[in-house]
Amino acid sequence: MATLLRMPEVSANVESAVIVAWAKVEGDAVAAGDCVAEIETDKAVVEFVSESAGRLGRILVAAGHEARVGAPVAVLLDDGERDVDVEALLAGQPAGGPLKELASAGPAGPASPAPAAARAAPPAPADTASGRVFASPLARRLAAQAGLPLPGLAGSGPHGRIVKRDVQAALARATAARPSTAPVETAVVPEPAPLRVPGDVAVPHSAMRRTIARRLLESKTTIPHFYLRSECRMEALSALRRQINEAGRHVSINDIIVKAVAVALMDCPDMNVTWTDEALIRHAGADVSVAVSTPSGLITPVVRGVHDKSLSRVSAEIAALVARAREGRLSPQEYQGGSFTVSNLGMYGTTEFAAIINPPQAAILAVGAIERRVVAGPEGSVEVTPMMTVTLSVDHRAIDGAAAAKWLDAFRRVIENPLAALI
Amino acid sequence: MKSVDYDYDVAVIGGGPGGYVAALRAAQLGLRTALVEQADLGGICLNWGCIPTKALLRSADVLRLIRSADRYGVAVGAPVADLSAMVARSRKVASELQRGVAYLLKKNGVEVIHARASLGGAGSVRLENVPDSAHARSFQAAYVILATGARARVLPGLDPDPGSVWYYREALSPGFLPPRMVVIGAGAIGVEFASFYHALGVQVHIVEMADRVLPPEDEEISRHVAAALSKQGMELHLGARMIGSQRAGGVWRIQLQGGVRTLEAEVVLVAAGIVGNHEDLGLERTAVRVERSHVVTDALGATHEPGVYAIGDLAGAPWLAHKASHEAVACVEAIAGGEPHPLDVMRIPACTYSHPQVAHVGLTEAQARARGRAVRVGRFPFTANGKAIALGDTEGFVKVVMDAESGELLGAHMVGAEVTEMIQGYAVAMGLEATEEDLMQTVFPHPTQSEAMHEAVLSAYERALHL
Repeated sequence: MATLLRMPEVSANVESAVIVAWAKVEGDAVAAGDCVAEIETDKAVVEFVSESAGRLGRILVAAGHEARVGAPVAVLLDDGERDVDVEALLAGQPAGGPLKELASAGPAGPASPAPAAARAAPPAPADTASGRVFASPLARRLAAQAGLPLPGLAGSGPHGRIVKRDVQAALARATAARPSTAPVETAVVPEPAPLRVPGDVAVPHSAMRRTIARRLLESKTTIPHFYLRSECRMEALSALRRQINEAGRHVSINDIIVKAVAVALMDCPDMNVTWTDEALIRHAGADVSVAVSTPSGLITPVVRGVHDKSLSRVSAEIAALVARAREGRLSPQEYQGGSFTVSNLGMYGTTEFAAIINPPQAAILAVGAIERRVVAGPEGSVEVTPMMTVTLSVDHRAIDGAAAAKWLDAFRRVIENPLAALI
Repeated sequence: MKSVDYDYDVAVIGGGPGGYVAALRAAQLGLRTALVEQADLGGICLNWGCIPTKALLRSADVLRLIRSADRYGVAVGAPVADLSAMVARSRKVASELQRGVAYLLKKNGVEVIHARASLGGAGSVRLENVPDSAHARSFQAAYVILATGARARVLPGLDPDPGSVWYYREALSPGFLPPRMVVIGAGAIGVEFASFYHALGVQVHIVEMADRVLPPEDEEISRHVAAALSKQGMELHLGARMIGSQRAGGVWRIQLQGGVRTLEAEVVLVAAGIVGNHEDLGLERTAVRVERSHVVTDALGATHEPGVYAIGDLAGAPWLAHKASHEAVACVEAIAGGEPHPLDVMRIPACTYSHPQVAHVGLTEAQARARGRAVRVGRFPFTANGKAIALGDTEGFVKVVMDAESGELLGAHMVGAEVTEMIQGYAVAMGLEATEEDLMQTVFPHPTQSEAMHEAVLSAYERALHL
């Protein structure tokens, strides 16, 4: 009996995911536990593992395309099955007739003792309209504790409900699959590669590393970046920060920069946009992502509605997000979305740098260190004052140079006159 | 179905709670079904087990209640126990239910054959002792389900004797009340008979090889029951093995290992396990395998012989009627081409109708810990339950064993009045895979003893309200 492979819920509250690549081609044999495809949401690429064995029939969603969670992405045929009426399958034909009908037809002949465990469980029924997955409370909890997405699991309970044994079986398969895939991955690393000399080690890529690599490559190669640079005088902002911190609240320069970005975005709505193939999305509010370096790589948690929040609130939220990011405890909704990213390497003494846009956003601000520089003062004088160089990277598909320049000017004015804009 | 080759689609051998349910389900599914029973429909459960013992124990309850009537403000004279009337009522209950089973089978179109059956080779069932001489001596069936049950293990030197050695059958139809009785075996059957005869004034000794009564129960439950039985006046000999038995002058002398004691009694009641009824079934003509008197099957009853299935006591522990019935349904549905789920043994509740009653489902605390589970244990005594106080019966408690990590209900154990009627609540929760959260959020009606079930879960999380 052919079954449909459905897009699993890769992480909580993710509505859709992209098939990065199919690991099997149509006609390939699939064993239970085999990776059939790589799928990806904003921050994670995961293996899509088939719960049952068979042969990959038709691929319904090609690589590079997105599908809603629960949507059929391929047909899995039983061994020996040639092809099936995919339309009928999609129309939701139940896996078998009711028991009464089976009974009146009668068993074909004396059954040989077959272990019940060998029976294939039907995929769990998911009401795709509401996204509801039927699972027992215990199954839900066990899956949540293991970080296992429930949709896509085969349910063996009444009416295909996902029960404890299904989650345990999936976890057992995942554990069993791990040691077998790891050697394959290392085997892919070319052993006598000229890049490696004795003493070098090959570190297999983490999923997060692969995601960073793929997304930034995609960004740099498909988004037409242009760059604008500005130098900001920092004496007023530094003084303001000193006053705030002397008043007993700790606020960082970066917190003020994030707030200033939001103020400038609200001032210059042409910068507060996102490019999509269908339309330009103009954002009503300012959700600002903050680049955070963690032991496993870069991640960009989002501070929502910065334009509506006080500086101290923004500061507290950033502190919490950064702490959670470093502990690896961010939930997907905490790093997904956002219309603009701030990346600050000033603390490492970097004077200036240009950042790669964090897709699907349209701009990123690269912030350098504050340092005392000699600058031209009024009437031909020369003065030494704290300065900060920022570099704005912009998606030219969505934003033209003049709009970006206006925004950068607005941002610089907020930074140089922080009191009026921020308080 | 192969109507040309076979007289029946399904033939069931044995009409107990496994066999008659298998036949009913097969007939419901439209299969042509025959049920062969050599004795009474309903099997041991209905005729010589579960049901008639419950009828007798009810008499004991009534007696106990009347004796305590003054506690409830009701003055009555001293009650007189009439053993023969109690037994007559018990037999009447059994025969009423037996007629009910016959009616159900007839209504569903099952052909009931009163005979002794054995397998005569592939698909062939041989019949002996057919009451009607015109009846065929064999028939063909596509599938045969063996449901012949089990019988009491007979101890050497203690052959059944209505006058002095009772197994369940004699104990359910006693001709007299002995002054003294030694009950061998403190499992559910032994403890239930001990409770009944003790209530009727018999001086009861219970001998058990294990170090506790009701060995499969949670240790706390066993301890509580042992204390309760002792307090009632029974003498318990735990961790005791019988090494000799002699009868002289109408009195049995039972020697226990170690020579510590010799017990004297007019009647020895033996409840020391069961053996499967696998003999004389023609299994030697098939590939069916038998191990320690039980037929080896897969989870849905299939034996090593294609087309031959076994369910219930014959197919192994736990020896419970409801287990047999569930296996029957799953087995028949598998035969009919369905995809039933095999019974999860850990989710089969078990009840003992001693005084006080005992019920459990799932793992004991020790079993859960032995499996390496971090557990949370909750307890709630009936002394803190309003309904139990109002009823004047506050003995016992409810205990739950929860998985500390997942909140799964791993086991539930109860001792006290009518707890056998409550355990299904936990069985449903387990079946639906409820977590502690679901159980806490479930509304239990007030005032009921079942509130103790709620409080026990709360107490596992230090949230009990009435402790």
